[in-house]
Amino acid sequence: MSTQANKSDAKLNSLRTGPDDKGFFGIFGGRFVAETLMPLILDLERAYDEAKADPAFHAEIAHLHKHYSGRPSPLYFAERMTQELGGAKIYFKRDELNHTGSHKINNCLGQILLARRMGKTRIIAETGAGQHGVAVATVCAKYGIPCEIYMGATDVERQAPNVARMKLLGAKLNPVTAGASTLKDAMNEALRDWVTNVHNTYYLIGTAAGPHPYPAMVRDFQSIIGQEVREQIEQAEGRLPDTLVACIGGGSNAIGLFHPFLDDKGVAIYGVEAAGHGLEVPNGHAASMNGGSPGVLHGNRTYLLQDADGQILEGHSISAGLDYPGVGPEHAWLKDTGRVTYAAVTDKEALEALQFCTRLEGIIPALEPSHAIAHVMKLAPKLPKDNLLVMNLCGRGDKDLFTVAKHLGMKI
Amino acid sequence: MKNNTTNRIDARFAALKSQKRAALVTFISAGDPDLATSEKILHGLPGAGADVIELGMPFSDPMADGPAIQMSSQRALKGGQNMIKTLEMVRRFRKADAETPIVLMGYYNPIYVYGNERFLDDAKAAGVDGLIVVDVPPEADEELCLPAMERGLNFIRLATPTTDAKRLPAVLKNTSGFLYYVSITGITGAAAPVVNDVHKEVTRIKGQTALPVVVGFGVRTGPQAKAIAEGADGVVVGSALVQTIEKTLDSKGAPTATTAEAVLDRVKELSSALRS
Repeated sequence: MSTQANKSDAKLNSLRTGPDDKGFFGIFGGRFVAETLMPLILDLERAYDEAKADPAFHAEIAHLHKHYSGRPSPLYFAERMTQELGGAKIYFKRDELNHTGSHKINNCLGQILLARRMGKTRIIAETGAGQHGVAVATVCAKYGIPCEIYMGATDVERQAPNVARMKLLGAKLNPVTAGASTLKDAMNEALRDWVTNVHNTYYLIGTAAGPHPYPAMVRDFQSIIGQEVREQIEQAEGRLPDTLVACIGGGSNAIGLFHPFLDDKGVAIYGVEAAGHGLEVPNGHAASMNGGSPGVLHGNRTYLLQDADGQILEGHSISAGLDYPGVGPEHAWLKDTGRVTYAAVTDKEALEALQFCTRLEGIIPALEPSHAIAHVMKLAPKLPKDNLLVMNLCGRGDKDLFTVAKHLGMKI
Repeated sequence: MKNNTTNRIDARFAALKSQKRAALVTFISAGDPDLATSEKILHGLPGAGADVIELGMPFSDPMADGPAIQMSSQRALKGGQNMIKTLEMVRRFRKADAETPIVLMGYYNPIYVYGNERFLDDAKAAGVDGLIVVDVPPEADEELCLPAMERGLNFIRLATPTTDAKRLPAVLKNTSGFLYYVSITGITGAAAPVVNDVHKEVTRIKGQTALPVVVGFGVRTGPQAKAIAEGADGVVVGSALVQTIEKTLDSKGAPTATTAEAVLDRVKELSSALRS
């Protein structure tokens, strides 16, 4: 009796028990989809619940992590950056070293195993920067399942290396020309495909957003990041970190790092959105929490970039991976509860941070985590030297070389 | 929960039943291609033979719609259409026509941002009879469906080929006015439905509900509408009408003298096929 009471008390005080049985984190999340998809969404929830309870499923993921993607990714002490900034002791969680070059593979491995359990024979996905598309094409090649990737035509152009990778891996790439031809339009088109081919098709969503159970499921698959950090920092420093920083587009790398620490009250947590040309520029940024309002899109209620009539805005970021007018619903809830602080960083600051990190640490980060680095550059000098700061370096910069060179006036 | 409100939708289907005729349900987007032309079409629809009018509330991201209705939505938004203007259109229509039911159709976000309670009150006051909100499933009934019913607005649900026998009762539970059977798994304006499959499904659904069952998605021509309507209580035509609008626009995308007339002619053609 008393154990049970304690248990439910712990549950009441925990920030890690969401979503509720209808998929809500507070008012955010839910399942706002067309009727055609609803039975499938319910099937998916059942299949995921079964998989979650099956030790063989977890063992298979652990095996793939170790032998296929190269986990655990190192926790690296960024010594020169720490010295240069003169404050907090900075660690990078090196998820850019994963197979395929970003954290996206963590989610794809989990979901492809689930799709196989469900007997699905065709995979579709949306991609912005192409990192998720590459990860999807990779796992589909590995398991011999045909896949089609929807990618905005604008993104196809600015992420040429990833486009080539996806094609090489055997994926069928469908450029989307609707709207501003970026990630949200790719997601609309993927949803249209899904509704049409619902009988055999699995939609492998790339971020911790969309209808329930996707936000929770993607978070679970990405939580390996935070779980490893807990063990690694314990080993390196003998205690938990004081500060966590990660960039936010849809927010999957961030929720993966944050979630295992949400109940550790001593850990300060920062998510970093893309402020593009600046938060004050109308439709010039992709910071849905700092510059948007709650609404319903792509299956969930969350913060959105939208006008006064509820029409979705396109937003802007130099980083294709952050250029999305929404954010995962758990982040929306963590913002409203105040547990996580959400900052924003401009294109210019991110570009400077990319160069700063490259020159000091010999690591070329992707433009997405460069936003997190830019925030670390503001934050670390204000923190004491014994403050342990962990930043998720969630992707490598190879894919961004053309964009970066163009902005810096270099010729390739 | 039973919706006891007798409204224009119930009255219209009762009248059609006594005439032994299926309803022609027409869809246009409010404000497509511009407010004046859209309004002209709207006011002409009952005379052209539309029995029930679905008026689309344009949305930037219509995930369940094919290219025709996406473009239609975009034209309307480009012309400055918004929720206030859409409700005003209904108000003006209602002054001229007290009988033809109007169903507002669209996605949740523009309603949510307008404010659910405010939207339902304003829609009722404007003379709206029912709502179809594509991305609010029965699992979220308390958001919009139940408050709509309290105000005497019909909340019309979609049933699809994936709505199996186990799920159908949940879909039917708080549906009123009519049930909209989506004839294909897919988006609006896509492949033509297979008539025999549709008949089988409509018969299955009619065994579970006394509500009229109306069939939509992929219906384009008079003969096809006639064939689909056998055994159903109505057919919806949407993409074919907004494509007619598209075809009459000038090179700059502006309406021409023939735009409204061309749409209404198409409605007359469909209507006479259904009455034949």
